[in-house]
Amino acid sequence: MSETLEALQKEAIEEVLKIYPDKAKKNRAKHLGVDTPEGVKGACDKTRSNKQTVPGVMSQRGCAYAGSKGVVWGPIKDMIHISHGPVGCGQYSRAGRRNYYIGTTGIDTFVTMNFTTDFTEKDIVFGGDKKLKKALEEIDILFPLNNGISIQSECPIGLIGDDIQAVAKVHKKASDKPTVAVSCEGFRGVSQSLGHHIANDMIRDEVMPDASYRKDFVSTDYDVAIIGDYNIGGDAWASRILLEEMGLRVIAQWSGDASYKEMAIAPKAKLNLLHCYRSMNYISRHMEQEFGIPWMEYNFFGPSKTTESLRKIAEFFGPEIQAKTEAMIAKYTAMTDAVIAKYKPKLEGKKVMLYVGGLRPRHVIGAYEDLGMEVIGTGYEFGHGDDYKRTKEDIARSTLIYDDVNEYELEQFVKKLKPDLVASGVKEKYVFQKMGLPFRQMHSWDYSGPYHGYDAFAIFAKDMDLAMNSPVWSHTKAPWEKEEIGA
Amino acid sequence: MQDVENIVNGQKLFLKEEYQTSLAAKKEFESAMGAVNPAKVEEIAQWTKSWDYREKNLAREAITINPAKACQPLGAIMAGLGFENTMPYVHGSHGCVAYFRSYFTRHFKEPTPCVSDSMSESAAVFGGLANMKDGLRNCNAMYKPDHIAVSTTCMAEVIGDDLGAFIIGAREEAEGELDNLPITYAHTPSFVGSHITGYDNMMKSILEQLSIGKEASVKDEERINIIPGFEPYLGSLAEIKEIGKMFSDKIVMLGDHEEQWNTGAGGYSLYAGGTTLEDAKTAINAKATISLQKYSTIQTAKTIKNKWKQIYETCNPIGLSGTDEFVMMLSKLTGKDVPEALKTQRAQLVDAMQDSYPYMHGKKFAIYGDPDFLLGLVSFIVEMGGIPTHVLCNNAPRKGWEEDMQAIISKSDWKDDCNIWMGKDLWHLRSLLFTEPTDFLIGNVYGKELYRDTGIPLIRIGFPIFDRHHLHRYSISGYKGALNLLTWIVNGVLDQLDEETKDIAKTDYFFDCVR
Repeated sequence: MSETLEALQKEAIEEVLKIYPDKAKKNRAKHLGVDTPEGVKGACDKTRSNKQTVPGVMSQRGCAYAGSKGVVWGPIKDMIHISHGPVGCGQYSRAGRRNYYIGTTGIDTFVTMNFTTDFTEKDIVFGGDKKLKKALEEIDILFPLNNGISIQSECPIGLIGDDIQAVAKVHKKASDKPTVAVSCEGFRGVSQSLGHHIANDMIRDEVMPDASYRKDFVSTDYDVAIIGDYNIGGDAWASRILLEEMGLRVIAQWSGDASYKEMAIAPKAKLNLLHCYRSMNYISRHMEQEFGIPWMEYNFFGPSKTTESLRKIAEFFGPEIQAKTEAMIAKYTAMTDAVIAKYKPKLEGKKVMLYVGGLRPRHVIGAYEDLGMEVIGTGYEFGHGDDYKRTKEDIARSTLIYDDVNEYELEQFVKKLKPDLVASGVKEKYVFQKMGLPFRQMHSWDYSGPYHGYDAFAIFAKDMDLAMNSPVWSHTKAPWEKEEIGA
Repeated sequence: MQDVENIVNGQKLFLKEEYQTSLAAKKEFESAMGAVNPAKVEEIAQWTKSWDYREKNLAREAITINPAKACQPLGAIMAGLGFENTMPYVHGSHGCVAYFRSYFTRHFKEPTPCVSDSMSESAAVFGGLANMKDGLRNCNAMYKPDHIAVSTTCMAEVIGDDLGAFIIGAREEAEGELDNLPITYAHTPSFVGSHITGYDNMMKSILEQLSIGKEASVKDEERINIIPGFEPYLGSLAEIKEIGKMFSDKIVMLGDHEEQWNTGAGGYSLYAGGTTLEDAKTAINAKATISLQKYSTIQTAKTIKNKWKQIYETCNPIGLSGTDEFVMMLSKLTGKDVPEALKTQRAQLVDAMQDSYPYMHGKKFAIYGDPDFLLGLVSFIVEMGGIPTHVLCNNAPRKGWEEDMQAIISKSDWKDDCNIWMGKDLWHLRSLLFTEPTDFLIGNVYGKELYRDTGIPLIRIGFPIFDRHHLHRYSISGYKGALNLLTWIVNGVLDQLDEETKDIAKTDYFFDCVR
């Protein structure tokens, strides 16, 4: 079977490339491939990634601003994040990512709000520094409980020669609060990815040196920080509860439901636990170099990977923690086994194609496989070579690998490989649903979740069952129609 | 832990005791004031409701907070998708396009086709010509459009890319592939105006550029164009077309995006519906053009009036009198009497208004949104005897709109109690609602945070609406559309009445079964 699947996948690539003019064809060919768990030098080793998107296609990629404001900085709840430039970016990225947090919005926390300098032509022509300075001052008057402000640059800022660093520096001194200027203009780099990196660098430069909260911090031997969990639908909450139960103390959560203090005290952790490698490996490496804190990647999607990760983490802390961890694993495994017993019979053998960003194109494979579902295609919006290399460990069968896949390609791949479920983003969702295919958004958990940890796996399983086994998919064909329609 | 027989998602999962304990323990590591000193949060929260805060808030000059507007290219994409087999193409960063597509898709629950030419640092330095050369060719090869509508992001505008020259350059090097493909273009800088400005600029460009070679002096005396404007209600487009058909077969909608965002299950096709390119090319030869959104078509109007020398009229067929005006306009332009069917619809609407008026009469409304939408909605509220206490618009042009709105408000018995807030945002509105509360709030999804904070019920009418389904399928225009507005508003009032009277053995004597 696997050989047939592999052949089909290779054929799909050949077919999809036919449509392109030569230059684009040559380019795209390098981003597509097939790999198998036992394969040598397959697509996971060779796929070209983190390169310029081919112009003129419907790429699903975002920009550096999205990576910084939307992903890394935006969820830090007690800071105010200004979308600096024209009105659009802040509006389109407002309250759409489901970075859950606890707080009184508009008073001591601000995540779902849109603060923008709303540039006009005048600001472009004469520069926006004065307006920015004034904006910072107005924010401090109206939102006295903000614990700092970040300035998230939109495209024009870097092009008109504004000096936002200087403005931030002056304001920081005057207000005595963190004021961070982030040059994450959307045109920088090829995707969100550079925005993550730039955002990490600013945390490194502006937050890490701030020792004020670290001074009186009383450490324990079991302090850890969660890095790279954006608390989508409460993911990080469903993760920290496990770490706490195994005897660890989670002193920081980056950056979903994070407060400034949690950013600043993270260097007190004994171990940094890194979930989204892509967006926060930079700062983890920095903390390792600067503060000597080791970091460990983990995967809390699905019981197999969660258990494997918990054991790895426990091993770091020694026998006492390991014993607690085993007890906890036993407790939760009874529940997740019951979940599998309930849902696997309804989902087994169903084929899945993924297309997401960050860590999910590889991390969620295990959760599907735990339910007996077979992932036959996956790809990253903005992954790098190291992401694809890591993917190799997670694939369970011959898998079509597609980097920066555009809408046309994904549609063709789906038509050819005929998966039972497509799991991707909102822009793709309705394309496939119209083709009669169950679909789950895997950025926002389709307004459900959380999906991290054991409790979350139960939700994941229930959601996949809901998607796959809803009666609505059977209505597509009208009773008077004879032929199959749809994909 | 989850009960496998009753698996709950985050809504209820985090209410379980173990999670509440974990969340409480987390506060030790937090700096947000709610964790440090909750009383301080309460104190500041109370202060934000005060007149003192309102004054400081209204004095803001530099920071905009929660605006109800978006940027130009969003509108340009809607304009482009109103034409058949047309691919909107954004010259700029693909990050913008990802945002535009998500934004529309979350509103319509439909795919939104649009490409970008992925400009980045090298383009910022050298200009985006190379991107456009490859981009137009790739777009044409993959998506096989009959027309490409090019707009720009602020990046391309800041570096000053010359679209006209770039398109010529791209055609020259395309080895003939683009020879017969109409490519229209508009500059749509995000730092000027809002999404309705982008709609206007793209619409003007499409109409002007597609009609090149046609003579404005050739007039089809029966042909009437209707431009809907930035219309998020697909049902409105359908209803306007239906009303048009009652008068004449030669009434043509220019920019008809109804079907594009309303395709059925059973297969996906990239393009659906839209004004035919033939109709777009001959728009110049019509006798008259009616714009249904005066302030979304300011530049387009100049083309039609000054270059095409057509009769140019604006109507706003939202509410009763707006629809009356529209119907009479069609009657005048076609020389035909108002059809019986419309007379019946009107009578039915008025009958319904007379059935429901007690629940809207004297009720105070705060309402925000796009300028033309507001003119229509406020007009309807006034017709029902409601009080438009706060009318807030971030993106109305300085010229004309306030006077138009004032003229509508002047018809209200409570005209002195009404306020027009130009250029204000929803954080301003928060202060207004705390200091001068209304009974109801009408607006888009972003009003839900105001509802949460002030307790004033939100009736969702506007764009975007992400958190309720299918409202965009309905009409808010025409007599039938006004009936929808009436239904939503009156039932919103009645829902609130039930909410306020449902306390058992306290207020539920007023929890009536008949209202």
